Amino acid sequence: MADSGPPIWQVMQSKGYSRREFMHFCSFAAAAAGIHASGLLSVVHAFEKKPRPPVIWLHFQECTCCSESFIRSSHPIVADVLLDTLSLDYTETLQAAAGHQAEKCLQDTIKNYPGQYILLVEGSVPTKDGGVYCMIGGRTAEDILQEAAKSAASVIAWGSCASNGCIQSASPNPTSATPIHKLLSRTVINVPGCPPIADVMTGVVTHLLVFGRAPELDSQGRPREFYSRRVHDTCYRRPYYDAGLFVESWDDESARKGYCLYKMGCRGPVTYNACGVTKWNNGVSYPIQSGHGCIGCSENGFWDNGPFYQHLASFPGFGIESTADTIGTALGLTALGGVALHAITTNIRKRKVIQELKDDSLSPEKTAEGGDN
Amino acid sequence: MASAQPIPYQRVYVWEFPVRLYHWVNAVCVVALGVTGYLIGNPLAISYSSEAYQQYWFGWVRFIHFVTAFVFFFNFLVRIYWGFVGNDFARWTNFIPFKRAQYREMVEVLKVDVLQTKIRGLISLGHNALAGLIYFLSFLVFLFQAITGFALYSSMSDSFFPRLFAWIVPLMGGDNPVRQWHHVFMWFFVVFVIVHVYLVFYHDYVEGRGTTSSMVGGYKFEREDEYKS
Repeated sequence: MADSGPPIWQVMQSKGYSRREFMHFCSFAAAAAGIHASGLLSVVHAFEKKPRPPVIWLHFQECTCCSESFIRSSHPIVADVLLDTLSLDYTETLQAAAGHQAEKCLQDTIKNYPGQYILLVEGSVPTKDGGVYCMIGGRTAEDILQEAAKSAASVIAWGSCASNGCIQSASPNPTSATPIHKLLSRTVINVPGCPPIADVMTGVVTHLLVFGRAPELDSQGRPREFYSRRVHDTCYRRPYYDAGLFVESWDDESARKGYCLYKMGCRGPVTYNACGVTKWNNGVSYPIQSGHGCIGCSENGFWDNGPFYQHLASFPGFGIESTADTIGTALGLTALGGVALHAITTNIRKRKVIQELKDDSLSPEKTAEGGDN
Repeated sequence: MASAQPIPYQRVYVWEFPVRLYHWVNAVCVVALGVTGYLIGNPLAISYSSEAYQQYWFGWVRFIHFVTAFVFFFNFLVRIYWGFVGNDFARWTNFIPFKRAQYREMVEVLKVDVLQTKIRGLISLGHNALAGLIYFLSFLVFLFQAITGFALYSSMSDSFFPRLFAWIVPLMGGDNPVRQWHHVFMWFFVVFVIVHVYLVFYHDYVEGRGTTSSMVGGYKFEREDEYKS
């Protein structure tokens, strides 16, 4: 099973794909990776000549929705990049091997292809209590991760769990679920989302295959080509936002007309992802298009920024329903009441001072006499 | 009623023109930013019979917020500069309590303002020590609002300036927390304005030194027998 084997073109040939289909596949892969048309040749070249890198896909604290998303990549041939044409040596969900046999596959790949294999990690790593909350084959998740990451060519964190901890790291984070970039001292490509968009996942892998290095990353380790713009910036409902036309409740006329979901708690303005452009399930739709606000699933700690259906998060320490605005209004009213009370007591307690000031001032006759202005 | 002898007062030029200009530009900016900011957080429910492309009111609200933010920030920088070159009343040392005397004055001001005892010592003619400290803290809030605001703005701008602040987003854990805190501190300004305006009136009333008008004309008045520069 473990081999860095022949290039993708050879594999496709042996499976009976024509040159035209291969070119078709290359174009799709290039488009998915956001490579310009003039760069198509380098994609073709890479898939013709470069040996297939072995892949290790580790699963830790996660729900496998990333894998589920990935196998629904919009073009079957694109999904094949990993599941078929790549050399997928170890993945708990899809591998045929089990038990010691599976563990041997992992060990063999690490040993035989140091510096060549791609490590994909799905899920966060619990570090509390010696990492007992996620153990595979008697070893802790962190142990396996460190070993596999040491000699990997590149490391990709699939999904929000591996990139930012997702729901397991939501307050109070009982297992100390940790995103992998905090555990590794090397560059990790974060592909957040719950799950990430299949075509984005394919795009990142294609980029690695073609150029042999990580795509350009932003300050949070996310590939710029997919995460540099907010969902809000590419949203087809954006004109309603600028026009100030908002849905006020889920069943109103505005909702029927497809107005902006900003006031229904849509996280589009604070979420960086490609949903508005690539969409989901072969470009069918994405949450906002289906009438539901974005929940910001690719953002850090999005579970703690709730409730999803209100624009402002609830304010910690003041009960579930209180937002910054409730607290602020209370403070403002307290201040108003305070100064009003103060004004009253001033006139009582300071009446002597005020009287003195009055006594000290010139009387009207004197002003008339000596006043020069 | 009136005493026999008129009490001579000394006219003191306290607030120089740049300080007064800063104050009023800042006041207008804070009000504009507060109102537009609140609207951005809680847009009004307006419905039109016309098509969406004929409206842009929310876009304008945001535009005003962004432009005012630039004015607010650079105005603030000018004030910081003036804290180093302006007169004694404008000096940056007024804002940070270094000396024992400043702490003593703070206690005095608290007594006068909160317990409403009689004024015993003399409260500074410029910023009193407590006001100075509160202004210093509010400068920190100004800075925080500017940094978080520009950081949020950076993702919708190609200009280099807002990008200088983009680092705060990963530091605070994403746009959402940045937006939340930016929103929370808006309320600081609401409370600040209420208390500030009231205290100006109050001090004017009980001290009779022309506190309110001083921010327009620049002059305060001090009894000659009590004046110490």
